[in-house]
Amino acid sequence: MNAVIDAVRVTHEDVGGPAQPLLSVRGLIKHFPLKRDPLSRGRGGNAVRAVDGVDFDVKKGETLGVVGESGCGKSTTARLVMQLIKQDQGELVFDGMAVGSRALALREFRRQTQMVFQDSYSSLNPRMTIEDSVAFGPLVHGSAKRDAIAVARGLLGRVGLDAQRFAGRYPHELSGGQRQRVNIARALALHPRLVILDEAVSALDKSVEAQVLNLLLDLKDDFGLTYMFISHDLNVVRYISDRVMVMYLGEVVELGPVDQVFDAPRHPYTQALLRSMPSMEPGQRTESAPLSGDPPNPIDPPSGCRFHTRCALARAACAAEAPAMTQQDGHAVRCLIHQPDSGYAASGALT
Amino acid sequence: MTQSVASLTAAAVTAPVARSPGYWSNVLRRLRRDPLALTAGGVILALIIIAILAPWITPADPFQASMLKRLRPIGTEGYPLGADELGRDMLSRLMLGARLSLFMGIVPVIAAFVVGSAIGILAGYAGGWTSTLIMRVVDVFYAFPSVLLAIALSGTLGAGIFNAILSLTIVFVPQIVRVAESVTTQVRRSDYVDAARASGASPFTIVRAHVLSNVLGPIFVYSTSLISVSMILASGLSFLGLGVRPPEPEWGLMLNTLRTAIYTQPWVAALPGVMIFITSMSFNLLSDGLRSAMEVKE
Amino acid sequence: MTATTSPLVSIRNLEVAFQAGAKTVHALNGVNLEVGRGEAVALIGESGSGKSVTLRALMRLHPPRRTRIRGEMVVDGRDVLAMNASELAAMRGPVVSMVFQEPLLALDPVYTVGRQIEEMVRRHTGKSAAEARARALSLFERVRIPSPERRLQAYPHEMSGGMRQRAMIALALSCNPKVLLADEPTTALDATVQIQILLLLRELQRELGLAIVFVTHDIGAAAEIADRVAVMYGGRIVEQGSMADLLRAPRHPYTQALLKGRAHGAMQKGQRLETIPGSPPDLAALPPGCSFAPRCSLAEAQCLAKVPDIVPVAAGHEVRCVRVA
Repeated sequence: MNAVIDAVRVTHEDVGGPAQPLLSVRGLIKHFPLKRDPLSRGRGGNAVRAVDGVDFDVKKGETLGVVGESGCGKSTTARLVMQLIKQDQGELVFDGMAVGSRALALREFRRQTQMVFQDSYSSLNPRMTIEDSVAFGPLVHGSAKRDAIAVARGLLGRVGLDAQRFAGRYPHELSGGQRQRVNIARALALHPRLVILDEAVSALDKSVEAQVLNLLLDLKDDFGLTYMFISHDLNVVRYISDRVMVMYLGEVVELGPVDQVFDAPRHPYTQALLRSMPSMEPGQRTESAPLSGDPPNPIDPPSGCRFHTRCALARAACAAEAPAMTQQDGHAVRCLIHQPDSGYAASGALT
Repeated sequence: MTQSVASLTAAAVTAPVARSPGYWSNVLRRLRRDPLALTAGGVILALIIIAILAPWITPADPFQASMLKRLRPIGTEGYPLGADELGRDMLSRLMLGARLSLFMGIVPVIAAFVVGSAIGILAGYAGGWTSTLIMRVVDVFYAFPSVLLAIALSGTLGAGIFNAILSLTIVFVPQIVRVAESVTTQVRRSDYVDAARASGASPFTIVRAHVLSNVLGPIFVYSTSLISVSMILASGLSFLGLGVRPPEPEWGLMLNTLRTAIYTQPWVAALPGVMIFITSMSFNLLSDGLRSAMEVKE
Repeated sequence: MTATTSPLVSIRNLEVAFQAGAKTVHALNGVNLEVGRGEAVALIGESGSGKSVTLRALMRLHPPRRTRIRGEMVVDGRDVLAMNASELAAMRGPVVSMVFQEPLLALDPVYTVGRQIEEMVRRHTGKSAAEARARALSLFERVRIPSPERRLQAYPHEMSGGMRQRAMIALALSCNPKVLLADEPTTALDATVQIQILLLLRELQRELGLAIVFVTHDIGAAAEIADRVAVMYGGRIVEQGSMADLLRAPRHPYTQALLKGRAHGAMQKGQRLETIPGSPPDLAALPPGCSFAPRCSLAEAQCLAKVPDIVPVAAGHEVRCVRVA
């Protein structure tokens, strides 16, 4: 864009070329063990199966949207990708290099992958000025204090906060939208290639959200970033993403180009989720809820296909057989209906 | 957005940046508006000054005994607050006694603060087996009431000021470790610590840059509430003959030696207790005021 | 709303100010709102617009010492501002009740939900324990909680989010109120649960003839439930009308800007989103005229000089703007 941006952008080695996914996640599993309370009525299951076998790729330069409801595991997946928690099983491959291996040490991976959290206030150290918060990353990786502060102030200006007025302030003196801009500046201070946005705009007012979304898109172009955008707001996800991933109870149930998934969803859960969006037409109100009950608890997921207990199209085979992801022109779905060799077609009704 | 790199960088670093008042200056400001805390602070300050200047400003010699002037009441000529059981001037002895009493109140707490914070922050940040091990050892100490523990330790170590301070420090360390661990655990779970971990910082850097500034405040406030306890325990130890030895003036010791005078000169005998009371209350009020000033998140 | 039947809730020129240290926060600056019997009205706005304050002022939930309320609030023919403590307590529950955004914070964590409903019923109607229990059960069935007998024995933290919100609605309905005030009840819920709760509220409104005042920042949710909508900004209602009118033909610049972001097809991929420049007003230092003028593209000198009056632009559709009439 201009000399400022070039100076701030450090060219990380693009190792694999444009065809190689920036991030490859395979077989990610994370269970949180529950303390067994001897006095409780013994319920089945002794762990929260937050992420139970997740595979996906993030392509270079794209925005991958991630949607799902409570208990689906999207936030846990984000933390696993950031390696803030260690997975029980599964591997992460960043631009062809296994994370944590000799080719890509964890510390270097952390330089290239950053995250913006949902709660803008608790993401900032209340005792640090915001320029110190933004400069922390570069300082950790060896920049001189003067350079780190310069980068911090430059980035604050880039995200729309006048350095002169804001750099010396503390988080509690800023509004939610301003704090989130600081968090974005902080995430960019290490010149990452992948930025994970975990409900980054969800807590903001709609008008502020629009400003921050515009900013995110500008920064993506200027800095050549790749985004993983987690949100429960389907409109925003549709607007900002290139592909979208739908999660349910710790698994990926659908993954494909965003317009395809939104206009022609294949998984019954995705269909129900999209139909749950309020109609905005006063004359055509929703008459019945697409799904009944609450999203289930990941402690004791149903057998076979995890969605079969709430699925209108479920049959007996769905309770017995766990579906695998099947692909069709870039649009993958985990459902027996779309799995040609499954027992669905021949199965009787669910009793 | 078409400035050159050099100009932006230079301008960015040298341009004056509006600095907001930091956390502690805000706390100080709020504290200044709290009349109770200010009064308490004033009392403590006065006592500290008296304690420091005591050898030079006592009206009479605190060690000068006089068999004729034993147990004089308050208001006696030359003895404004009376005389003790050996005829020494109470006012002078109380002023000089402030030295040791305050010393024995503050020093164990400072020592326990340093040691306890270090252990507690380590336990809180490390988590896992380290934390479990440390906290269970702390729990063992907690099983003993502090007075008993102080007496037992003092008895084992022997009398004397240094041993008394040591045993009091040991009594307070577990309590501070508990508070430190609890506060550190909370801070460790916050998003900004996660963000710091995500930027590749080592645990040591994170503790230094992020954890300390957020936990030392609450731990400090808790510790200040222990000063009054420390004074009373120290007085108790001296009372039992385990701490300060006569003829050094120390309020607890003075209470002991004036014990028998309670039927003949009750007001004089109560004076050291009154001093202990005033000082403890002041420390407590100041500590409370500090806690309120720190709590408000603005 | 026929002109002959008097409205159930009538708010006129409501002003609410909070004393926060040296500053005075002017949360509401002249709110006029009427809710008819059995009518569902949505209050839309962003943070700081005053929508939650309006609800809480109606039930006089604010701490009396730091709050200054002026104006007129009449509920079911009674003047709310003139009520003393016992009259207020008698009103809260049987006449007006409220559901909040976060049930975990609004329900008492140490009592079962059944017990809390029973307590409310017995306090206001004097029924026996057994009758109160039966009433709680029938309420749970009404709000479609599965296995209601078992759920009555549950503590709030043992229930899922959607279940808790239904329990809170049951609690709010326990004394047959005429008006239900809902303060962002679905904001914290998942999409599939939100639509269930919205439908439940609509069903209850039809069956019980309940009037609902629904506060939200989500226009979609409001559209599902409300017949009329009032848009708030800077402590005033800037536009009020039927949901259809407002969605199809918003007249106030703020409403138009708000809807531009959310209406169908508004967010076009690849295009920048339209944003409202600037930021919401500081309620401790409100500008003298129209509170939206500093950010309005149509603003003129007269907008900054005087607060605009409410001007009707169509039947049942009012706007507080001098540039639109």
